[in-house]
Amino acid sequence: MSFETFTEFLLMGGHALYVWLSYGVGLFIILLVYIQPILARRSIIQELAQRQRRDVQNNKVSNEEVAQGNLSQDKGGSE
Amino acid sequence: MSRRNHSEQGLLSVLGVVLKREFLSAYRSRQELANPLVFFIIVIVLFPLGVSPEPVFLSKAAAGLVWVAALLATMLSLDRLFQSDYDDGSLEQLVLCAQPLYLIVLIKSLIHWSLTGLPLIMLSPFLATMLHLEAQHLPVLMLTLLMGTPVISLIGGIGAALTVSLRSGGILISLLVLPLTIPVLIFGTGTVQSSIDGLSVAGHFSIMGMMLALALTLSPFAIAAALKISVSD
Amino acid sequence: MNWTWFYKLGSPKWFYETANKLLPWFLWIGVLMLVIGTVWGLVFAPEDYQQGNSFRIIYLHVPSAILAQSCYMMMAVAAIISLVWKMKLADMFIASAAPIGAAFTFLALFTGAVWGKPTWGTWWVWDARLTAMLVLLFLYFGVIALKSALENIDLASRASAILVLVGVVNIPIIKYSVEWWNTLHQPATFTLTEKPAMPPEMWMPLLVMVLGMYCFFTAVALMRMKNEILLRERRTKWVKTIISEDIKR
Repeated sequence: MSFETFTEFLLMGGHALYVWLSYGVGLFIILLVYIQPILARRSIIQELAQRQRRDVQNNKVSNEEVAQGNLSQDKGGSE
Repeated sequence: MSRRNHSEQGLLSVLGVVLKREFLSAYRSRQELANPLVFFIIVIVLFPLGVSPEPVFLSKAAAGLVWVAALLATMLSLDRLFQSDYDDGSLEQLVLCAQPLYLIVLIKSLIHWSLTGLPLIMLSPFLATMLHLEAQHLPVLMLTLLMGTPVISLIGGIGAALTVSLRSGGILISLLVLPLTIPVLIFGTGTVQSSIDGLSVAGHFSIMGMMLALALTLSPFAIAAALKISVSD
Repeated sequence: MNWTWFYKLGSPKWFYETANKLLPWFLWIGVLMLVIGTVWGLVFAPEDYQQGNSFRIIYLHVPSAILAQSCYMMMAVAAIISLVWKMKLADMFIASAAPIGAAFTFLALFTGAVWGKPTWGTWWVWDARLTAMLVLLFLYFGVIALKSALENIDLASRASAILVLVGVVNIPIIKYSVEWWNTLHQPATFTLTEKPAMPPEMWMPLLVMVLGMYCFFTAVALMRMKNEILLRERRTKWVKTIISEDIKR
């Protein structure tokens, strides 16, 4: 341990502002970078699901077929 | 023997057509040619007005200010390198024609430089003198600009080619290209600084020469590749 | 030589499923290492003789700087693969990695500047490394901006690949010129301590942080690539199945 007491640890020998500012921003950025794809995934899934529902309504294809991925209009993609 | 003459003729005539076309369209819109120059002058004038007119400050900053202004003015002029050709379909023709795109691009870039960079270089001694740069250093400044502005035009050409399919590519070109021109800026101004300090400039000029050689040989490849991609959709 | 493994690598579906399996590992191992490294660096590592406790910022600054540069190199490799083999996944990697790389570059710059204040007495210093990092940040912004400006996906992928490669060719030139410029303009700078000059008590937590950052980067890149795949492959059966199953939950 480099510090005798917890208060010493927080004070960082007078450099508290710099150390905690850096680590604070570091934590913020790590969280930001982690959370962004999670939120993006949710909105992507919602948007794609909406489109699928609309396709179903427009083409009068049954929901079951969609769930089975059995769309005949499917132009195919890469497998 | 005659076959080689044929394709040589083809290449030269295509280059000749490009040359004529560039100068003709430049002549037809010669008002526009003045714009980068006026911008160059205005930017330089802003600094004594915005910061300080003191000769001590200005003479130290002169080389850098002239260089930065030249960089910005060139950025502004890059739009016209490919945009009008893209709009009227002739860019596609150039990309598709049998002659190597590398050379066509090289010629276009050099012509563009002669119409924008070269006038900047000729204006620079007057502006540098207004910024209190001592007369003995003016030739060094002009020579660095002479070697550096083609590099800026060539690197800028890459940005212009990548964004030619966009309507408003102007600022985006600068964002893409300016970081890449930082080495030229550093060495260009560093050379003048060396001259001011009374040190030898030969080494610096050889580095600038190296950058010019690299830009002349490599950039046309990147520009050609970017043009082929931009045109193909 | 059997190249099927390489072409399999190009299948978005295979990649999506593999990413799903690998993701938890990279994420949790990465987070664990970051936590261990941070605690080790903040609490247990000795303070520096000259810099005192602000030296501990190194445990954030160096790993993010290393990752900022590595990320760009990875993007350059992906750019070559994207242009030569036209592999969609390589282009998706560039799109996914660029914002992460930019974030790490920003963190390296910020921590470098904050570290500078107690060390050099000022918030910003035109030190060679900070300046070169700043230019790297601009290169990242350029790639991100170009990708978002071009709407046609095919055009965007090839154009940004070219831009990444032009940038990577320039990086050594930029670094050299900035260092040269810096030696002219900066009198007797305090140089940041290099790793070998440190005793093990100091560089071991650094190593843990670097590895942790790499794992975390991989995890987040995988997450972003999964999103890209869902978007780009949305017309395929397997994606539609995933969507409808996910919605049911």
